[in-house]
Amino acid sequence: MRYLPLNDTDRGDMLARIGVKSVDELFADIPEDIRLKGLLDLPKRASEMQVERKLSAMAAKNVSAGSVPFFVGAGAYKHHVPATVDHLIQRSEFLTSYTPYQPEITQGTLQYLFEFQTQVARLTAMDVANASMYDGSTGTGEAVLMAHRVTRRNKAVLSGGLHPQYRAVVEGLSEMAGDKVVSLPADPTGTEDILSQIDDETSCVVVQSPSFYGQLIDLKPIAEKAHQHKALLIAVFTEVVSLGLIEPPGTQGADIVVGEGQSIGNGLNFGGPYVGLFATRQQYVRQMPGRLCGETVDAEGKRGFVLTLSTREQHIRRDKATSNICTNSGLCCLAFTIHMSLLGQAGLTKLARINHANAVKLKKLLSGVHGVEVLNSAYFNEFTIALPKVAADVVEQLAERGILAGLPVSRLEPGNKDLANLLVVASTEVNSDEDRAAFAEALKEVLA
Amino acid sequence: MSMNTQGRPTAAGEAGDSFRPKTFTGNRGLDMEEPLIFEFGSLETTGVDLDEDEGAEFELGSFRRTAEIGLPGLAEPEAMRHYVRLSRNNYAIDSGLYPLGSCTMKHNPRLNEKMARLPGFGDIHPLQPVSSVPGALELIDELAHWLLVSTHMTAVAMSPKAGAHGELCGMMAIKAAHTANGRDPKIVLVPESAHGTNPATAALLGYKVVNIDAKDDGTVDLDALKKTIAEHEGNIAGIMLTNPNTCGLFEREVKQIADLIHKADAYFYCDGANFNAIVGKARPGDLGVDAMHINLHKTFSTPHGGGGPGSGPVVLSARLAPYAPLPFVRRTQKGLELVETEAATKDGEKPFGRMTAFHGQMGMYVRALSYMMSHGSDGLRQASEDAVLNANYVRVGLQDLMSLPFGERPCMHEVLFDDSFLKDTGVTTLDFAKAMIDEGYHPMTMYFPLVVHGAMLIEPTESESRAALDLFVATMRDLVMSAKRGETERFSGAPYLAPRRRLDETGAARKPVLKWTEPEPAQVTPAAAE
Repeated sequence: MRYLPLNDTDRGDMLARIGVKSVDELFADIPEDIRLKGLLDLPKRASEMQVERKLSAMAAKNVSAGSVPFFVGAGAYKHHVPATVDHLIQRSEFLTSYTPYQPEITQGTLQYLFEFQTQVARLTAMDVANASMYDGSTGTGEAVLMAHRVTRRNKAVLSGGLHPQYRAVVEGLSEMAGDKVVSLPADPTGTEDILSQIDDETSCVVVQSPSFYGQLIDLKPIAEKAHQHKALLIAVFTEVVSLGLIEPPGTQGADIVVGEGQSIGNGLNFGGPYVGLFATRQQYVRQMPGRLCGETVDAEGKRGFVLTLSTREQHIRRDKATSNICTNSGLCCLAFTIHMSLLGQAGLTKLARINHANAVKLKKLLSGVHGVEVLNSAYFNEFTIALPKVAADVVEQLAERGILAGLPVSRLEPGNKDLANLLVVASTEVNSDEDRAAFAEALKEVLA
Repeated sequence: MSMNTQGRPTAAGEAGDSFRPKTFTGNRGLDMEEPLIFEFGSLETTGVDLDEDEGAEFELGSFRRTAEIGLPGLAEPEAMRHYVRLSRNNYAIDSGLYPLGSCTMKHNPRLNEKMARLPGFGDIHPLQPVSSVPGALELIDELAHWLLVSTHMTAVAMSPKAGAHGELCGMMAIKAAHTANGRDPKIVLVPESAHGTNPATAALLGYKVVNIDAKDDGTVDLDALKKTIAEHEGNIAGIMLTNPNTCGLFEREVKQIADLIHKADAYFYCDGANFNAIVGKARPGDLGVDAMHINLHKTFSTPHGGGGPGSGPVVLSARLAPYAPLPFVRRTQKGLELVETEAATKDGEKPFGRMTAFHGQMGMYVRALSYMMSHGSDGLRQASEDAVLNANYVRVGLQDLMSLPFGERPCMHEVLFDDSFLKDTGVTTLDFAKAMIDEGYHPMTMYFPLVVHGAMLIEPTESESRAALDLFVATMRDLVMSAKRGETERFSGAPYLAPRRRLDETGAARKPVLKWTEPEPAQVTPAAAE
């Protein structure tokens, strides 16, 4: 077996050195009646070529985003990632290293985490960011739990513009932990009245901007009302590129900012692995979940970095920890950091402008199709359209024409008639004018 | 002085061995000092060429950003050099033996990376039409099959994003099952040897954690367990047990433990962190386990990546299977179906909710399946056997000099020493670990598990050759002898030869500096200004 260096001679000699006759003697603690006699009922070993054939055949059945005009967003976005990023994250020293528990020999990981934290803090205009969460949705769940700890209250108010699956994560966790959640109804246009839901029992208000439906939301009045009632504003985003062009949540009064960082450096991967961004204000840092990297010096006075404030964490605090999280998204952070370092603010701003411009172009084209109504007034690279037909059917028909057109809201919000005809569409820098024209043309045919 | 054929000197010059120049750059040959991107990048620079057409129309309402972001950019060669230089300050499996107990630092095959990057896996969107991703459902279903056969369990919740997330998922399934049965027990039993994530997970769900005692050999004390169960009769939700445990020992009485727990109307959560010791040798389903997460990044070789991303699918017994969270792939006569919402569930499917957006760590599923298929049933068993063989080989190589807390008996995939062999040497477990760094080894896991003093937990994995183990054992023996001879300097200041000496962790925590900030401009004294 190509991954196993021992040969049978080694094994025999080693068993003799240990003083046992067979390897099974080493497994003697496993009671006889539950020890497996034969092999598992699975195929036997396969060569590299065989594995490659089988998995390639599976992969080939899928339509990859890069092979068609592609407009699906809704929490994960198709962007172009520079080749440098993927090369660097596959460096053995990054790829095959563990969590940096021995800082003297993991300064590479620690320094990029420090760069990552600084980048995220600056992007969101917050004081501090952690070394990442699993993804935006689990980060949102953790943010709500953190708000409960900070405020010593347990009622969260969720905006109807929050990604339905993020909402489900928060609701599930809250229900299990015995906390309360008020989830507002779906809000495609960003016109809900969330202010009246905030009271003295509220621990936090969770608002996504750009919303799941693409609408940009004014966070300032929500922050103000929340703070009047000593509640926290948790600002969520799923498209981090938007921060290149829109006002960051930090300057709008957010207390915790949590978002999905996949767009920068990370591929679509059918939903994971991604990278959760998590930032807050200085005064709450000790209530933060997740790993934190901090600057220090070594015995010779040289600057170095370490994991710090670990007294918040499970391996020290056990049942008193701020979270049970152990790993973060190390390698996805690295991809994010490298891509962001390549872009810089000059590149990020430009990328964000192109994304927005592409969405504006698409909006113009689609709103020219008979029967299509655009629901959003202010948006970044994504918006929602109302169709004269059931959106899920339209998407299938467009897929048959080779166009992956967006997300029918009903896929995540089944059973709500008001949402059945809604389609969330995104246009990033990867779409050409031809792609958009093909989409509009095909939509015209399908709706005709 | 000897010369080579070109007439160049082949020996060192006059300076002698001990001379070490203080360099202008602070670099030491290949060992480079590297600033932060914020200290040398420029706000004007970008290393990404984008289309010139930026568009002139804005539909951003009043939300356009006005302030600078403050993110420097790097040209491509600058970025390449910066991150390559950083990488060289990292220890990695690919560069040396990495015996972190419980972390399973085994070889990460590059075939896995290649497969995960096939556009049909890496470039598909979680919410594109299901009809356009049949191969993705097939992959998830196929991996689920391999996991279920390996564990002999009924169902698997694929979506948890890491081991601790899997624990949360398993415990949520247990809580959901109790609720469905009209019960609301408040206590979860956790032995002291458990990973910190176990009590943290139980507490997160509002459970009270009650410790259960271990016997002298580190395994659960059955009598103590009976007593604890009796004491809290009717109020126990479950037990969280790692098997093989964190002392590297298999819980011989695991079936009796499971029976006791089941009789108490509670569930058996098994922390699967150490499943890699028994794949192909025993199946958790035969041990009475109700839920167990599998760290794909430990047992099935997906890369640790400097701390993630992980992946922690949870296998479930028949009693818990109905509560598996959304989403899941359903096998029907017509083929595979993706169930993403409550509305799409059928009779008998009672998902407790959702752990994460989308479908979990697809990129890790591909890697894990690629690994499992490569090994096959015979290779998987061989890998477990070699892992256990290697750990025992290290054990017998060191047991006369180091101290085994539970006596000379076979261990599973990792061997646990305590620090009694260092008694009166003035050397601590930490010092010893740091001295290993100077020898070119990553230290073992230290001070965990908490049940033995100054723990050193060594897991060589099946990826090490006999020659590599021989050198490791010889090195460890040399270190032990050195400590016993009183050569404390080798330990107390170690590491001497790493990119950094010991770092001030106390100072870092006292006044945390968690991001880079522009240094204050140097005070200009009037004299200097003149």
